[in-house]
Amino acid sequence: MKYKLLGALRRIAILLLVVWTVVSLVTLLIDLVPGDPAVAILGEQATPEQVAQFREKHGLDRPPFFFSFPRDPSGARHFEWHGLSNRYTEYWWGLLHGDMGRSFRTDEPVIKLIFARYPATIELAIAALLIAVAIAIPLGVLAGRHKGTWIDSFSSVLALVGISLPGFVIGPMLVYLFAVKLGWLSASGRFYPEDIILPAITLGAALSAILTRMVRSSVIEELGEDYVRTARAKGLSENKVVYKHVLKNGLIPVVTILGLQLGVLLAGAIITEKIFGWPGIGLLLVEDGINKRDYRLIQGCVLVISVTYILANTLTDMVYRWLDPRIRVS
Amino acid sequence: MADSFYMSRLAIFGLVVVALMVVVAIFAPWIATHDVGATDLSNIYREPSAAHWFGTDATGRDVFSRVVFGARISLQVGIVVVVVSSVVGTIIGALAGYYGGWIDRVVSGYVFNVFLAFPGLLLAIALVAFLGSGLNKLILALCIIGWVGYARLIRGQVLKVREYDFVQAARALGASDLRILFVHILPNAVQPLIVQASLGMAGAVLSEASLSFLGLGVPPPAPSWGVMIDEARGFNTLMSAPHVLIFPGIAIALTVLAFNFIGDGLREYLDPRQRKR
Repeated sequence: MKYKLLGALRRIAILLLVVWTVVSLVTLLIDLVPGDPAVAILGEQATPEQVAQFREKHGLDRPPFFFSFPRDPSGARHFEWHGLSNRYTEYWWGLLHGDMGRSFRTDEPVIKLIFARYPATIELAIAALLIAVAIAIPLGVLAGRHKGTWIDSFSSVLALVGISLPGFVIGPMLVYLFAVKLGWLSASGRFYPEDIILPAITLGAALSAILTRMVRSSVIEELGEDYVRTARAKGLSENKVVYKHVLKNGLIPVVTILGLQLGVLLAGAIITEKIFGWPGIGLLLVEDGINKRDYRLIQGCVLVISVTYILANTLTDMVYRWLDPRIRVS
Repeated sequence: MADSFYMSRLAIFGLVVVALMVVVAIFAPWIATHDVGATDLSNIYREPSAAHWFGTDATGRDVFSRVVFGARISLQVGIVVVVVSSVVGTIIGALAGYYGGWIDRVVSGYVFNVFLAFPGLLLAIALVAFLGSGLNKLILALCIIGWVGYARLIRGQVLKVREYDFVQAARALGASDLRILFVHILPNAVQPLIVQASLGMAGAVLSEASLSFLGLGVPPPAPSWGVMIDEARGFNTLMSAPHVLIFPGIAIALTVLAFNFIGDGLREYLDPRQRKR
């Protein structure tokens, strides 16, 4: 009980620390932008008044942090304290009030733009997860049951190929095959229910490869256990032994990987969404944020994707601990 | 046993592919049949032929020559990223593992957790989005996300080896900390480092292509494989010339696969316990 509480507290402390770091990074990174973001948005021909107005509106005229080391007229640096009126506090203050600032381009609240796109990304990630599981469990079980045979080698190689083929290679090839050649599915967009198939396969391919390997080694390990012999001795069919007994135990590590990979899927969705014009948060980040140099929007997207990823990881870790008490103590 | 034999054959395949890649990258100007940047609008979307081995793209550039020069960019990024991040990671990991105390608490308690909790590719995307795109900035971003894996690995190895008798003996004989670290501990940690570096090459090549694909890496006229795929995936190109997509795609997949095969093969070779599985 004591360990459980300590473990949970530790996890929450780490979670808060990580979120704090991410917000700080996202806030301070904007200072790395080469040149003036205001000029980048407004263009070279903007009047100084327009630039000043833009900077004031988006808080760019305030200092980036609590203190800085500006240069004296003589060239030496000195310490200067700015107090609470700085961008770092302002961004935090806004966040705590559910405000991520306004888009540099469209002036819409960033949080509104993000949450309009968020469901599409979650939908895609879950579909990819389901496809990966649907491929990995039968394939992994097959390989594990026939360990050492050509079936096993074949599925191992297939899994390695799946890991090595990046989404931006698989995706366009799927588009070529199913949209251009066969004309069964559309090449991009999110208009019909079946539009999710190609992006979900693209996003789930690498995951299904990783999962196949895990299911395989889990099955091999569990098949050597005593309870399997008991189950076989009492006359259960091999299918029942594998699917009812072995898989149940063997899936515990797989669940962890699934949770950890949900976060990876969210990050990978950026590329998949670009390939298929899938209107999720990744496409928002790339097309409206990065391509149009809308730094406020970039901040918001990076923050939301990271926090989702971090939360998914923490939850997985907790579920894992709950599923398998042996890990708690160590 | 059959399994391990099979895997080692895959590792040899990986070595052959990588060796080929290195040769192609070094001798790219002699191997390429055309100028990589030369467009020829009267010769677009040509099928692979004797004149253009991999065909031509939407502006009539020779795809074979571009794939050849793409190997240069990929290997260059991969090597720089792996060397820099493994050196930085080794130094930090070794210091944290050897001295322990507050250094270790900051590095393994805070830094590792932050980096682990953050999707690497997203961090690289964010860094490049703010820093601006370009080869050097891309390499910098990949090093920033890359060193942590090496640091974790080395820290773990150092913690393990530190307690061995021969290290205690060296200390009793009066060897300095630096000598113990470099002469006695690190050589024992090199093997897993090589495995990690091989897998790291695969990761770096993949990340470079991903970022270039997103328009965040090497800017377009350069023949990066990621850029080539981005340019090839338009509906018109796919319809009239799918080979423009397929050749750089195969190049990326083969390279990443080769480094993964080598890494996996080495790991099994170095860790006989895994060989039996």
